[in-house]
Amino acid sequence: MTKSENNIKNLVNQPYKYGFSTTIDTESIPAGLNEDVIRLISQKKKEPVFMLEFRLRAFKKWKQMNCPDWSQLSVPALDYQKIVYYSAPKKKKTLESLDEIDPELKRTFDKLGISLNEQKRLANVAVDVVFDSVSITTTFKDELAKSGVIFCSISEAIVNYPKLIKKFLGSVVPVSDNFFAALNSCAFTDGSFCYIPKNVHCPLELSTYFRINNQESGQFERTLIVAEENSYVSYLEGCTAPQYDTNQLHAAIVELIAFKNAEIKYSTVQNWYAGDKNGKGGIFNFVTKRGLCVEPNSKISWTQVETGSAITWKYPSCILVGENTKGEFYSIALTNNYQQADTGTKMIHIGANTKSHIISKGISTGFSKNSYRGLVKIGLNAFNSRNFSQCDSLLIGNKSQANTFPYIQVNNSTAKIEHEASTSKIGEEQIFYFLQRGINMEEAITLIISGFCREVFTELPMEFAVEADKLLGLKLEGSVG
Amino acid sequence: MERGNILEVKDLHATINDIEILKGVNLSIKPGEIHAIMGPNGSGKSTFSKVLAGHPSYKVTSGEIYYKEENIYDLEPDARAHKGIFLAFQYPVEIPGVNNEDFLRLAYNSKQKALNKAEVDPIEFLEVISEKLKIVNLDPTFLYRNVNEGFSGGEKKRNEILQFAVLDSDLGILDETDSGLDIDALRIISDAINKLMTANKSVILITHYKRLLEYIKPDYIHVMRNGKIIKTADASLADLLEEKGYEWLE
Repeated sequence: MTKSENNIKNLVNQPYKYGFSTTIDTESIPAGLNEDVIRLISQKKKEPVFMLEFRLRAFKKWKQMNCPDWSQLSVPALDYQKIVYYSAPKKKKTLESLDEIDPELKRTFDKLGISLNEQKRLANVAVDVVFDSVSITTTFKDELAKSGVIFCSISEAIVNYPKLIKKFLGSVVPVSDNFFAALNSCAFTDGSFCYIPKNVHCPLELSTYFRINNQESGQFERTLIVAEENSYVSYLEGCTAPQYDTNQLHAAIVELIAFKNAEIKYSTVQNWYAGDKNGKGGIFNFVTKRGLCVEPNSKISWTQVETGSAITWKYPSCILVGENTKGEFYSIALTNNYQQADTGTKMIHIGANTKSHIISKGISTGFSKNSYRGLVKIGLNAFNSRNFSQCDSLLIGNKSQANTFPYIQVNNSTAKIEHEASTSKIGEEQIFYFLQRGINMEEAITLIISGFCREVFTELPMEFAVEADKLLGLKLEGSVG
Repeated sequence: MERGNILEVKDLHATINDIEILKGVNLSIKPGEIHAIMGPNGSGKSTFSKVLAGHPSYKVTSGEIYYKEENIYDLEPDARAHKGIFLAFQYPVEIPGVNNEDFLRLAYNSKQKALNKAEVDPIEFLEVISEKLKIVNLDPTFLYRNVNEGFSGGEKKRNEILQFAVLDSDLGILDETDSGLDIDALRIISDAINKLMTANKSVILITHYKRLLEYIKPDYIHVMRNGKIIKTADASLADLLEEKGYEWLE
């Protein structure tokens, strides 16, 4: 290995900064999943009967399904009976205000840079905080309520807005959609719910921060966002987990529904613990995310920055039913060491004049595997629909892998589809060029990567673009050897 | 070591992948001088320029390089750049998504920092750069394009000279800066290099063609062959080489 390859290696092998765990009294249901556990979860959450039925229906389906094996991933067999499905910080009574939150929890989130205190909030962002299985708090609820926006944990929503939940939950991702979706549907414990009424432009960015703390627990959260006619919402999800040498499962479902002229912008900065440099430990991130543009002129846009997890299996998708609807997918996936990512999108064009736009940037280093997998499907009646896809891969070192699997199915001859793909390598010559101009290796790599990702960064909300750039920087930060 | 030389190379041997390319190069350059290095393909000209700049793929096996009387063997490429060694690349590298202005400012500030001088903000930098743009006859919009991406051959070479101007380096090693240029671009670049020359600066021109030397008058021409400088003479040597090729020097 040459010196500069060594330098690059040092640079990308930085320790995970969110790997601490919190010692806190928790209330857990013993490991394992069966009908009794599901009933217990439902009962603990004081759910209406329809929810329990929903869960049991999903459980029945799940038992008949197998873990999918078509991806470019090596997934070790998981023992689903060894996972803890419910773990919550113990609380003595109902929280009346933030002051009653366990100080240990507050410290945890302070350390993560997430302030639970509204005074110290991120500008213009309301946050729902999920710790292991349950939501701790949601900030700015009252302010949002003034404009009619509902933003709360999904558990509260199930109790307080059962009609909305009954109508929309599972309407985009059916309980039997796939193995992990079925697992989530029977075992999910919390998550966020957003409802943006007609003609409302949501005044704040909405955000959920997910933290897995318990070593044995899985996190099965569920997010549901409904944007009524002429409404707009921008939503961000962030995630971290402590550093354990065992793997933890994160199997989430996100459902988005956009009505006439509505727009939902969903951004993710995912930084789950990725395992150590030998590939031990880390989160398995098996997530189903799907948006439905159900009425004309609606738009759903997914932006994701994926830097964490031992394994990522995730394809945020758009189903473009209404005429003139638009789906977008902007993605950066950075993998290092033995991380594996199989991620991409599905754009299902059903209505006429529907458009989709895909930009995927994969960066692989170490021994990691980074795959883009995307489906563009043009239905029989999707006249004049258009898709543009661009998939770029950047390799650092010569032990990493990048793959692109575009699937294109066209059933209407008036559709226009474009696909571009490229693979490049940060080579010695490129680094030498920077060095010769007096720019050190660290700044050189940061600049190359942020240039490579520019098109996606511009899609992130301002506050998070800075955060994401910093995150990639952190992942790559280090002393030059 | 002779006093007052900007560069002194003594019996320099260098290898890449254990193959010896430079086999005892000797060269002395004084401030204010222009030296041209000519020679057939594969004679080691480009290798020589990269070794001077500290390219990590090449290994110096023996001999010395003194820059301003300092042995630079242990200096990393970026440290050499900060001290004033500049290499204009034969094939400048494209950097997608990074705009030229950011790149130039970062390079400029890295040198300022290394010299314990104040770094400049984007507005101050605009003043620094607009003067330099005129020297290479480039439009300011050029700054907001990505570094070398989609540049024509001539624009890439002009960009290299722009960087040379911005960094105000004392030793410019210009590796085939004239290749792939049309007459107009060649004239612009030559004019720019002439304008940049001062009594403290020196330039090494690596070229295949006499054409460039009609615009930039070298003080010396060296012929490199098989990893050594085999002939050194004044500017008139170019005519002889044009006429007779390199073989007669054997």
